[in-house]
Amino acid sequence: MEIDEITEDKKWELRLYVAGKTPKSVTALANLKKYCEEHLKGQYRIEVIDLLVQPQLAEGDQILAIPTLVRKVPEPIRKIIGDLSNEEKVLVGLNIRPA
Amino acid sequence: MSITKQNKPAYPTLPKTSTGIIGLDEITEGGLPTGRPTLICGEAGCGKTLMSIEFIVRGAIEFNEPGVFVAFEEKSDELAMNVASLGFDLKKLQEEKMLRVDHVHIDRSEIEETGEYDLEGLFIRLNYAIDSIGAKRIVLDTLENLFAGLDNQAVLRTEIRRLFNWLKEKGVTAIITGEKGDGNSLTRQGLEEYVSDCVILLDHRVINQISTRRLRIIKYRGTVHGTNEYPFLIDEDGISVLPVTSLKLAKQVSTERVSTGIPALDEMLGGKGFYKGGSTLVSGTAGTGKTSISAYFANEACNRGQRCVYFAMEESPNQIIRNMRSIGVDLKKHIDAGLLQFNATRPNMYGLEMHLVAIHKVIKKFKPAVVIMDPITNFINVGSVSEVKNMLVRLIDFLQDEQITVMFTALSLNTIVNEQTDEGVSSLVDSWLLVRDIEFNGERNRGLYVMKARGMKHSNQVREFVISDDGLNLIDVYLGPDGVLTGSARKQQILLEQTGAAIHTHSIGRKDREIARKRKVLEAKIASLNSEYESVEEELNKVYLEDELRKQILEKNREEITRIRRGETATAKPTGGK
Repeated sequence: MEIDEITEDKKWELRLYVAGKTPKSVTALANLKKYCEEHLKGQYRIEVIDLLVQPQLAEGDQILAIPTLVRKVPEPIRKIIGDLSNEEKVLVGLNIRPA
Repeated sequence: MSITKQNKPAYPTLPKTSTGIIGLDEITEGGLPTGRPTLICGEAGCGKTLMSIEFIVRGAIEFNEPGVFVAFEEKSDELAMNVASLGFDLKKLQEEKMLRVDHVHIDRSEIEETGEYDLEGLFIRLNYAIDSIGAKRIVLDTLENLFAGLDNQAVLRTEIRRLFNWLKEKGVTAIITGEKGDGNSLTRQGLEEYVSDCVILLDHRVINQISTRRLRIIKYRGTVHGTNEYPFLIDEDGISVLPVTSLKLAKQVSTERVSTGIPALDEMLGGKGFYKGGSTLVSGTAGTGKTSISAYFANEACNRGQRCVYFAMEESPNQIIRNMRSIGVDLKKHIDAGLLQFNATRPNMYGLEMHLVAIHKVIKKFKPAVVIMDPITNFINVGSVSEVKNMLVRLIDFLQDEQITVMFTALSLNTIVNEQTDEGVSSLVDSWLLVRDIEFNGERNRGLYVMKARGMKHSNQVREFVISDDGLNLIDVYLGPDGVLTGSARKQQILLEQTGAAIHTHSIGRKDREIARKRKVLEAKIASLNSEYESVEEELNKVYLEDELRKQILEKNREEITRIRRGETATAKPTGGK
């Protein structure tokens, strides 16, 4: 949670909000890991937040849908909701690949 | 017109949560269904958000039930600012853990959708918000914004259905607001399909440039409720709904009487004045003194120590106070004493219904014994005759319920037509005084008579109504050979009569004296005749006596002669014989 990043790197800070180990959440996390390994190797950090454990965190990032992926860094904040099954959309959404 | 049952059924009925909103609890007969969602829908700006926030705030303040307000539209700061004008201090309530405002922000531009998802995040947030303060009430304002932020309609619909079920399970009383859709649909996204328990429609109509807010309960499962459209008002105290159409004619009546403040008028009304809780109409053409009569009535009520509200529709309070001072009525002192309250509004200020709501509010707050409305005629500017009549019926009903004596004044423009149709209200009121001009002999005077006075003996006379520096008074008009005389003609006639009377007494005196004189003459005559008679009688008597005397003497002489013949002495016994 704490933002103690060294901004020298082109760091990607990603947060995945889930609610327990639902199939959708599991799929989303697996997909995310796969894309990051492929495209952002060594430049990313994934933080998984389980709202069942920490419900108070939902308000901060305005989470409604589960699962939601939030790109905190680089700015601006982007949100991708769903199980991230469409690689193209995820990459465009995260601005990894230009649209 | 639904008839409310007085005896409550023995079996348990639907539990209800009181909203604390004035009037709404009456219409819903207790409030919103406890533990179930209620939909409030209507066009933009019709008061949905306000009504729902009031539900939460009143719940927190009046019923000690914490509430969550989930704002999909406004940020919590904005919301706090918007309702601060109504005296709701959201910040304080939040600090006291009685209220939680949760702003749910959805920005389509920063959201990308890919693959399957659900709204578990929203559920978790709501759950957390509810549990953090132990909320009993929740508002989702407005849920439809979800549809603007998310694409997958199928998911949204399933999730909303799930949300409503979840809210029911959670046992919180919920309000969901929704904006009115096109055509017949109540909400844009058809939220009404999901809410089956209670649907309230708010409406904001502008007719003749005058806006009226109305409320209607479209459905309320498992309970009786008012079905009409009810007007409501948003002012500095929040929302007030007016359940105005309880048209049962089962009022309490009083035999107590209240003085009009004009002794002569009381005299005309059986000597005691109006009935308490009754309604009176004073009608007349312009300048006939209607306001003066009502000010007198108000003044009298205050003198008795009762409270009075004066609804002035035409003049400002200061104007009335000044004008009444000129006829010796000091209203200012009653205002200072807190007995009299002026309420001056132009009828065009808002619609009829709004007036009614506003009047209700003032009366409920001030609790007067006497209410004056001067004049009701101007209501015609904001509604048709039948609408005005309707409104006045409801007002009279309400006042009668509260046992408040009311006096209306009405201006009649044309004495012939309006004698019967003063806003059609003349048939509703209990008593009706008519002040009219009597034009005669080159001057205009006021005549007052009692057209009707239900349930009391009243005078059938026209009285002359005089306004002077000393106040109002009623004088018997003079009924002469030339008809009714008023004003200077009446005075003249009275003078004429006085002169006549004086002359009359004078002439009677003279006649008396003449008779006395005549009697004296006659008496003198009688005396002289009497003496004459006596002298004649004496004369006659004298003859009689002489005759008798001669007879005796003759007798004596004959006896003497006889004796002498017999030779007897004078002492010899007479032998008798005649």
